[in-house]
Amino acid sequence: MSGYNPFTLEGKTILVTGASSGIGRATAMECAKLGASIVATARNEERLSQVLSELDTSCGQTHRMILADIVAPGGIDLLIDGMPAVDGVSDNAGASNGNKPIKFIKDEELAEILQANTVAHVNLAKALFKKKLLNKDGSYVFTASIGGNTSHVTGQAVYGISKSAVNSFMQYCAVEFAGRGIRCNSVCPGMIKTPLIQVDTLTEEDMAKDAEKYLLKRYGEPEEVARTTAFLLSDASSYITGVSIVVDGGYTVNH
Amino acid sequence: MEINEFIENFADQFDDLEAASLSADTPFKELDEWSSLVALSVIAMIDEEYDVAVKGDDIRSAETIQDLFNIVESRA
Repeated sequence: MSGYNPFTLEGKTILVTGASSGIGRATAMECAKLGASIVATARNEERLSQVLSELDTSCGQTHRMILADIVAPGGIDLLIDGMPAVDGVSDNAGASNGNKPIKFIKDEELAEILQANTVAHVNLAKALFKKKLLNKDGSYVFTASIGGNTSHVTGQAVYGISKSAVNSFMQYCAVEFAGRGIRCNSVCPGMIKTPLIQVDTLTEEDMAKDAEKYLLKRYGEPEEVARTTAFLLSDASSYITGVSIVVDGGYTVNH
Repeated sequence: MEINEFIENFADQFDDLEAASLSADTPFKELDEWSSLVALSVIAMIDEEYDVAVKGDDIRSAETIQDLFNIVESRA
């Protein structure tokens, strides 16, 4: 074996937000398997501890968790106070308000979703960059969504605008962080089998019918998004910055 | 709770449908105007007006407006 592997994350420290469940959890797991040392953050102590205990250590690396709610006031300060400088960030934390047609959007719901999916992530990037917690030549990966970007589905306006703003912000980050050699990109998942998509306005039959709209005839697994993020965090993607990669089993191309 | 008021609120979720054309016995999913947007709007309307959470499964199991009204009333 040549040992040639530009996809490895060995020697890199990666911050993963939303690491206690769904895509964030899968990203922490996959990155650890690829050799990264993980700084896992989320707000649920029990679930986060569980994830920490399951992270691969076969490359001899160590992991740590920092309990913090980056959406709540003071949460980001709490996170960065205890944090080492990192080589990569996978920013996943997010929320959904289910399926709400525009005429039923409530002010407080709008504020809550924009805070959780957009504002918190702007503030996190700002804090990490300002405190120089992102090492030179690092990689920053946001988890956006096809929602609001390539897909506009009934009842998803608030979620969609919050996620299109993430993609837009990612491009500004690419521009402003390039001076330090930091690359910024995003992944745009379609429907992925995580707790986030469990909404009671849809029946199982509705979901099965929806999955048929995907060329691959199924919703995605969190690991399939995680591996795309891992690629963007690795040196294999060293000439990619300012782009979104759609990970949607062919939903977008089919619409 | 009153069925006539419920029918009016229900009709409101359509772009162009008179409440007078609906009755408690209307099998609403057979209406030409029924759509996923209307379904989500009905769920949101019931939450807003009656403070009751109905699910996609409830819409699926209800045949008539009366059926839906009964579900809402039983949880109000």
